[in-house]
Amino acid sequence: MSYFIDRRPNARHKSAVNRQRFLDRYRTHIKRSVEEAVNRRSITDMERGEKVSIPARDISEPVFQHGPGGERTIVSPGNREFVEGDRLRRPSGGGGGGAGEGGASDQGEGMDEFAFSLTREEFLEFVFDGLELPHLERKQLVDLEEVKPVRAGISKDGVPSRINIVRSMREAQARRIAMRAPIRRALREAIEALETEERKDPVLRNPSRVTELRAEIERLEKRLESVPFIDTYDLRYNHLVNQPQPSNKAVMFCIMDVSGSMTQSHKDIAKRFFLLLYLFLERNYEKVELVFVRHHTAAKEVDEEEFFYSRETGGTIVSSALTLVDEIITKRYPAAQWNLYVAQASDGDNWDDDSTTCRQLLVKSLMPRLQYYTYVEITPHAHQALWEEYESVQDDFPERFAMRQIVEAGDIYPVFRELFRRRTEA
Amino acid sequence: MNSRTPIATGSDWNFEILTDYEREIARLADEYRLDIYPNQIEIITSEQMMDAYASVGMPVGYHHWSFGKQFLSVEQAYRRGQMGLAYELVINSDPCIAYLMEENTLMMQVLVMAHACYGHNSFFKGNYLFRTWTDASAIVDYLVFARKYVSECEERHGVAAVEQLLDACHALQNYGVDRYKRPSPISAEEEARRQTEREEYLQSQVNMLWRTIPRSEALDTPLLDDYEDPLGLHQQGRYPEEPQENLLYFIEKNAPLLAPWQREIVRIVRKLAQYFYPQRQTQVMNEGWATFWHYTLMNRLFDEGLVDEGLILEFLQSHTAVVNQPGFDSPHYSGINPYALGFAMFSDIRRICEDPTDEDREWFPDIAGSNWLDTLHFAMRNFKDESFVQQFLSPKVIRDLKLFSLVDDDSEELLSIEAIHDERGYQRVREALSVQYALSVREPNIQVWKADIRGDRSLTLHHVQDRRRPLAKSVYPVMRHLHHLWGFPVKLASLEGDDIVRRYQWPLPDKGSER
Repeated sequence: MSYFIDRRPNARHKSAVNRQRFLDRYRTHIKRSVEEAVNRRSITDMERGEKVSIPARDISEPVFQHGPGGERTIVSPGNREFVEGDRLRRPSGGGGGGAGEGGASDQGEGMDEFAFSLTREEFLEFVFDGLELPHLERKQLVDLEEVKPVRAGISKDGVPSRINIVRSMREAQARRIAMRAPIRRALREAIEALETEERKDPVLRNPSRVTELRAEIERLEKRLESVPFIDTYDLRYNHLVNQPQPSNKAVMFCIMDVSGSMTQSHKDIAKRFFLLLYLFLERNYEKVELVFVRHHTAAKEVDEEEFFYSRETGGTIVSSALTLVDEIITKRYPAAQWNLYVAQASDGDNWDDDSTTCRQLLVKSLMPRLQYYTYVEITPHAHQALWEEYESVQDDFPERFAMRQIVEAGDIYPVFRELFRRRTEA
Repeated sequence: MNSRTPIATGSDWNFEILTDYEREIARLADEYRLDIYPNQIEIITSEQMMDAYASVGMPVGYHHWSFGKQFLSVEQAYRRGQMGLAYELVINSDPCIAYLMEENTLMMQVLVMAHACYGHNSFFKGNYLFRTWTDASAIVDYLVFARKYVSECEERHGVAAVEQLLDACHALQNYGVDRYKRPSPISAEEEARRQTEREEYLQSQVNMLWRTIPRSEALDTPLLDDYEDPLGLHQQGRYPEEPQENLLYFIEKNAPLLAPWQREIVRIVRKLAQYFYPQRQTQVMNEGWATFWHYTLMNRLFDEGLVDEGLILEFLQSHTAVVNQPGFDSPHYSGINPYALGFAMFSDIRRICEDPTDEDREWFPDIAGSNWLDTLHFAMRNFKDESFVQQFLSPKVIRDLKLFSLVDDDSEELLSIEAIHDERGYQRVREALSVQYALSVREPNIQVWKADIRGDRSLTLHHVQDRRRPLAKSVYPVMRHLHHLWGFPVKLASLEGDDIVRRYQWPLPDKGSER
């Protein structure tokens, strides 16, 4: 009267809905934990989930219970030295607490904190909750470079892995019917003729006719057999054609000043900012490419390692980096196909009259092609010429150009949130 | 013992091996007259086990955040390795659904089959509480109905509205049972059909109750003093005439402002609370019975040579861990282990029957020396934890577990040891332990006292204190939930004897002017 069922292939995550309901309900709590985590975490550490704690009293499900006080009798196991009539002090903690208590009520005080883990996805969901990439567009392509194969019916040629078996067998059957039908008909006629001949009186029979018919039947039967079961021209293949796709890729330029005035802690702050932006882009685009450009008096495209960790000294010419970015865009990332983002971090130092050049470069050449430009100035000091010039750029492109000042690591996330806050201007 | 041909060796299993073992267990269980529902044994992954666990053993449940919370805490504990997942989960349904986790070793699978599919299963089918309160054949249907109904309500009235209602119902679900009336089981189709009728009828009843035309008969204590009510308009007797212990039922039928769909959801929570009601009262018996049988059946398998030494040793190790009872002063102590107590008691009943001592003859004249299997079945069928302990806790078990009872009286400075495991103490320890398992003592006794249907529509509850024990602070959030359901002020009075010792009220009075 028993039977086994293998449920392993069934859907998992039956609790997914309930889990989501819980997260929604305690959104504010979780958000607070996540914000703390973002500021605390090391730079490379954004890729994992996060443990979140919520005060247990905030999420308790209350029921009527006995409180401490009154008189109660508790039966416990493991008596060693007590005898009847012993009197003893209450265990410290007073009231009803203490080790001897557990047996009486199975609903003690419980934990102070309710702790659980968010998955990486959920974590990032909370990190970027309420944020939005400005001017997110899917670039339409004129030259159809980005393609996706889609099913487009059946064809006669193709590779063996795409054989459509059902269609092939159907073709084969149709061919067999078509090819055999005339032979069958001739065969039937021959057999009938032979039978009529044989039914005739032996005297009237034409022996040569009989042999002739017998040979004919034999020949036809052979032909019938030789019709192939399946032939190469029966084969049918699933046909795929390449369909052009709107581009869903972005490139992010990280520009950083590596002159002597930028210390390692400045760079750390910059790196965290870049990383947040990268994660954010990654959630919105299928493919995100990174280009690292660092500069002092001259700009250079480098790999990530070098970008963050090698040190240079010397003065600062910001326009060198902007010129390089401009060149790279023209050469490798045509604006028609790529969504372009630039994030620049600097301490605000620049060569005296270079800032004006920067502004011109931005306004004339770069900004019209970019999706968004963010500039963070990592300095506790007063702003210099570069900031002022950038402010005028911001006036020209209020939608696409954003700049903020960061003083210490704790500012990064708030500044980031401010830069990408969902704008609800109707 | 000499011809040992185990069905399988090692710790790997497959479906054929499980089927073979299941057949052997079934044969042995039949010898012991274990009467069971057909078994539906499901192999699941650990992740699915967590899902099943989080929905408190309901194979289908409606959606609610509290189940998500449950899931997260199970998941967290499991990941940290604090908790092995329960290797058994069994649902009181017909057929009886039991889960086996794919990660289990062969020994574990055999053990779980013996424990859940024959132990718990026969308990569900035999015990009087389950027979009275639950209908195993209808529960899955009803759960399907409940889930569908709740999600329809979510579509029509919004998730938030339903969630708030469920929160409130859950807070009161322990007070959703008629202790003295047998519920009538019905299937899901029936339920769905009746549901519409009920909606209309119920609403009309409520309207009747709250109508403003006064009834003729006047009796009982005046609700207001004569000078406040010279015409006697309020002197119509108390409603309800008798105190009501089933708070959710009272709300479902009488709450003035609930919409029909809200009443239906109150009813769903109430019905499910009722389904779990026997489980809360038979933990020791249920686990003890299942543990006793897995122990007996595994040993029989070994005696017949169907399992090898390796497996039985692994089993004994696991069994010992399950029935371990740390002392009250151990850091691992977390109350009396129901597996340990239940197993000890059932094993001892068998001993008393088979090999009674003079002490046993004195304490258990009826069962000492009787047929042990008959006695065991009798005990399983006709008791709940409270009465089972009262009836069957033997001096030997008290001695073995070294039980003692202690009185904690907040009016005394010191705790006092009332009784220990000696001649003078057995009876008192037994009584104290029995009371400890009584649901009526574990949970505060709260009843509906009065609904002021002619006045301000407030609802008054009475809490009858048990040995001066007050309510915990959670009373306020619960009252708030009750207020959501009732829609008018809710009052609660704690009574010690006939005196009101404490009053609670929600919403909280503004300036303390009201009582």
